Amino acid sequence: MAGQQRVYRQRIRSTESLKKIFRAMELIAASRIGKARDRVTAATPYSRALTRAVSAVATHSNVTHPLVTERSDTDRVAVLVVTSDRGMAGAYSASAIREAERLIGRLTDAGKTPVVYATGRRAVSYYSFRGRELAGQWTGNSDAPSVEVAAEIADTLLAAFEAPADQGGVAELHVVFTHFRNMVSQTPRVIRLLPLEIVEGVEARDENEIPPLYEFEPSPEAVLDALLPMYVRSRIYTCLLQAAASELAARQRAMHTATENAEDLVRMYTRLANQARQAEITQEISEIVSGADALAS
Amino acid sequence: MADIEVELVATAGKLWSGTARMVSAKAGEGEIGILAGHEPVLSVLQPGEVRVFPVGGGEPKRWQVEGGFLSFDSNHLTIVADNVVEGARPATSPATH
Repeated sequence: MAGQQRVYRQRIRSTESLKKIFRAMELIAASRIGKARDRVTAATPYSRALTRAVSAVATHSNVTHPLVTERSDTDRVAVLVVTSDRGMAGAYSASAIREAERLIGRLTDAGKTPVVYATGRRAVSYYSFRGRELAGQWTGNSDAPSVEVAAEIADTLLAAFEAPADQGGVAELHVVFTHFRNMVSQTPRVIRLLPLEIVEGVEARDENEIPPLYEFEPSPEAVLDALLPMYVRSRIYTCLLQAAASELAARQRAMHTATENAEDLVRMYTRLANQARQAEITQEISEIVSGADALAS
Repeated sequence: MADIEVELVATAGKLWSGTARMVSAKAGEGEIGILAGHEPVLSVLQPGEVRVFPVGGGEPKRWQVEGGFLSFDSNHLTIVADNVVEGARPATSPATH
């Protein structure tokens, strides 16, 4: 009987210490998320300037570029899956991977051969555990991606897109990442990055206003040649930043729930321990009373 | 004469913005100087120095860029650059021009 009580007390102690860990992780995620959101905001002027420039070139000239034309010489398509390095973020990585799997299924049904690239240890271990080959992998710093890593990823993927079909060239590039809508809602999202779809006239202009006639130096082709890789790099960087903010938000929420669950457990075990103690006391009393009765009679 | 609005942005964020009298940079076909009222231009940047001359005169602000592009229309100039270093050209490279 006394053992019962001790077991409960032990469980309360271990749950308390787990609770402290969850609380600490929640606070860490909460403190980093502000920084991650600032980084998303800070990267906006760059991508906006690039988008405007690309659409200016597209509107004012009729040049074509390998990065905007569809390839039909290969059926291989690249899929970049963006996940986190560490777990403890609820369903964050799992739902990104599920979305990627769904996309891969769709692409396979369409008669294409998906080639998977992964960032974040969760995706890497998911695919390597299942013995599926990864064409490229990047791990480390998934919650604070650097410009250099984004550039490296973009350059690898651009090289794959520009490579000839017999040297592992791919015809399309899809990116699966988690879009950060707000603190409570992050949704996995798929975008097709390559070949680029250039949206003309992103900026709404007045009817009377004449769109500026740009002078391109040295030539529209050369400008596009420099712009498009930068654009792809910036898009991938933005995806990584969004994913990082989502990861931190998901982790904060998951750890918050875990802390609450730990509190619930502690409360439950405290009740059980009290019950066990009461039961023990009752039993002792009845033993004493019946002992005394036996002696008296 | 009107001034031009200048924005200098890098991948990680906006580095500088303000008004200027003139901006000079190393464009696709050589040095380009932009004053207010310049025709709209979209140019590749070559590795070199970007100089922003303040409205009231005085010493220009300088940045070293390794590439990127600039776009100018209706007196608004956006310089998008990779690997920007603020300041004049390092003393080690000989100033031959």
